[in-house]
Amino acid sequence: MVKKIYFQSIFFSFFFIKEAFAAESGGMPQLNPEFWISQIFWLILTFGIMYLVLSKLILPKISNNLESRKSQILENIEAAEKQREDSDAKLKEYDEIISKSKLEANSIFNQAREKALKDIGAKREVLDEQIDNEIAEAEKEIDILRKNAPDKINKIAIETSSELLQKLIGAEVNNSSISAIVDDLSKRNGDKYYGN
Amino acid sequence: MAANPMSQFDVYRIGPEIKVGAFDISFTNASLFMILSTLSILLIFNLGSKKNSILPNKIQLLAELSYTFVSKMISDTAGSKAKPYFAFIFSLFMFVLFCNMFGMIPYTFTVTSHIIVTFVLAAFIFIGVTVIGFIKHGFGYLKLFVPSGVPAVLLPLIVVIEIISYLSRPISLSVRLFANMMAGHTMMKVFGGFVISLGIVGGWLPLSFSVALTGLEILVAFLQAYVFAILTCIYLNDALNLHH
Repeated sequence: MVKKIYFQSIFFSFFFIKEAFAAESGGMPQLNPEFWISQIFWLILTFGIMYLVLSKLILPKISNNLESRKSQILENIEAAEKQREDSDAKLKEYDEIISKSKLEANSIFNQAREKALKDIGAKREVLDEQIDNEIAEAEKEIDILRKNAPDKINKIAIETSSELLQKLIGAEVNNSSISAIVDDLSKRNGDKYYGN
Repeated sequence: MAANPMSQFDVYRIGPEIKVGAFDISFTNASLFMILSTLSILLIFNLGSKKNSILPNKIQLLAELSYTFVSKMISDTAGSKAKPYFAFIFSLFMFVLFCNMFGMIPYTFTVTSHIIVTFVLAAFIFIGVTVIGFIKHGFGYLKLFVPSGVPAVLLPLIVVIEIISYLSRPISLSVRLFANMMAGHTMMKVFGGFVISLGIVGGWLPLSFSVALTGLEILVAFLQAYVFAILTCIYLNDALNLHH
């Protein structure tokens, strides 16, 4: 019920207001030519001044601002690109230097090793030669000693046996006969004594 | 008086009557709002172009966005040949936009709700575009009325229709803006009157309508300024690049 009255009142008031407007209005003020000339005059004046100021003073400035910003941004991008290229080149250079120095270090190391090996080899040869010489000499000496040893032993044996005989039998014995016996003995038992 | 939704369109004299010869050029409320609109446009764009910082502040951003918006609109519809007319179309768009927007403030006067104002603008555009067309193409501009690919039998009819449509351009352009502004403001006033007459009980419905209408009208105010400017661009395009 309340709703019905509400909408009815809206509906009727619409009619009422419309009637009131119709009674009051004397048509559209827009069609009243009283101020047309004034409106045209002021429109041309204001719009003209605005157009002149905008086109001569303000719009060129805005366009200038936009252009300069654009060019500055482009410049900055260019500069950034250039710097990046520079840093790339430097990085490459640095890498090259590192690889080069690595190679150099390697070669230096290899050279040093070779040299050291060569030195060691040379020294070893010298030492080997010396040792060989010494061994040969020592062997020679030993050989000489060994060669001379039976004679000396024989001599000692002859003298010892002649002295022994002299003490035992108290008579001079002919040395030559003793030496013959010793020679004979040493020849027979030489193997046993000298291990040859 | 205040309940009459048309009374908001009344033009009245402010100050003394000024007469030049037989013409009355008195300062009126319409003149006041024209001056207010142009002054605010000049103020905003002057502030927006004063400093040239790489990172624009708000007002500079506003000015530059408007500039690029209008410049893009012109280059999209009329091509690069329309560049010399950029300042005029920019002024036109801003003037109509600011007059429409000023009209949205309560107790103000909408300059563009008067047929004489919009008609003078439209007639100026019409005459200017026609003159540009004849300067650029000579009598070849008349080819605009003869579309290509039309059978010879239909040609007399088509040419007449084209001429009528061409001549009605200033009327359609001016009436579109004026009627939109007037209808919107009248409707808002009518709904405002309902709020008063229905009082506290029934006034809420027209009030909510009024709120919605205000949003719509702000959209219309922008849209009509845009339409006015873009139609100018299209007419200019016809005059600069004869496609027919």
